[in-house]
Amino acid sequence: MDKKLKETILNPILKGNPITVLILGICSSLAVTVQLKGALVMALSVIVVTGLSSLVCSLLRNTIPMRVRIIVQLVVVAMMVILVDQILKAGEGTYAIDKQLSVYIGLIITNCIVMGRIEAFALGNKPIPSLLDGLANGLGYGLILVIVAFFRELLGSGTLFGLQVLPAGYVPNNLVILPPFALILLGCIIWVHRACDKDLQEK
Amino acid sequence: MEYVSLFVKSIFVDNMIFAYFLGMCSYLAVSKNVKTANGLGLAVIFVLFFTLPINWALNKFVLQPGALSWLGPQFASVDLSFLSFILFIAVIAAFVQLVEMFVEKFLPSLYSSLGIFLPLIAVNCAILGGSLFMQQRDFASFGEPLVYGLGSGLGWYLAIVSLAAIREKLSYSNVPAPLKGVGITFITVGLMGMAFMIFMGIQL
Repeated sequence: MDKKLKETILNPILKGNPITVLILGICSSLAVTVQLKGALVMALSVIVVTGLSSLVCSLLRNTIPMRVRIIVQLVVVAMMVILVDQILKAGEGTYAIDKQLSVYIGLIITNCIVMGRIEAFALGNKPIPSLLDGLANGLGYGLILVIVAFFRELLGSGTLFGLQVLPAGYVPNNLVILPPFALILLGCIIWVHRACDKDLQEK
Repeated sequence: MEYVSLFVKSIFVDNMIFAYFLGMCSYLAVSKNVKTANGLGLAVIFVLFFTLPINWALNKFVLQPGALSWLGPQFASVDLSFLSFILFIAVIAAFVQLVEMFVEKFLPSLYSSLGIFLPLIAVNCAILGGSLFMQQRDFASFGEPLVYGLGSGLGWYLAIVSLAAIREKLSYSNVPAPLKGVGITFITVGLMGMAFMIFMGIQL
């Protein structure tokens, strides 16, 4: 694997993480992280959507007129999201999760990561690197999602993937399940990330 | 009375930012000073107020299972609800484009003050989220989506202007280096969200 390709894949996961560094796609990342299972499904859906829509937009990049590109991109992304949503609705075990994620699957359409990668990368690059870039960005997003969900489920209900992990005497901290805590947790993740990597600190 | 209750609830209890995290990206990016936050907030109110009723009508007469029965009895079993994402986003994008053209032509001063924010609203999660929540709640009359759109827009406006005011003050305080900028903003929003939680369970 040549160096540039490797960079394309590794950069979005650490140094250029879409959530903690670029601050994109926050909306859904916080709302779906009460349970680890839901977060995992959401992360997989976003990986699929970013990868495939980057691929399609990259294939179409020479035929899309610049002036109407936003709406073309939106249609491509919406198509991918409909696909993912229908697949989740059809699956035996995933239907309940789809209900639990409610509007947030649909909101992948307006997830800034998807549009951002298409605008910034897919429109100027060949299909295969675009696909990898999309997948890697989805992965970077999913990583943060899973970390946040891990702490929220562990502290909020004492379980992981629905299985009791902490001793039965543990009193669940209800604050962790409420929305504001997700923001504070994400703030702390950014804090740790930037404390480890001094280049990312803001002046 | 239902309308008042829905209105107050959509501003404070179901606040787009603090309860559902919708429109977070532009919320964090554009809240550095009060003036621009004000412009974006107004634009969001405007677009939500108009696209929600349009999408409501679309949902009621085209997308819902059996919604096409006004065309004739043979359409009564048609269910187009899988098309709702694509149609909602198309309506929003088209409406934003229309508003942009209209404002540019007839209200140039407003256009220059809103600037780049107007086209960006098409991909603001709060707008699409509003439409999807509207579909989920299954509003019965035309008035409800109107009130809901206005209320949730106002809630978003309130949230962004107050965060911008806090951030203006924050820039003078001594924050640990790794927390500077985004980190401390997240924690601030979290604390604001906790403050907003006192409205939970309000019934009018």
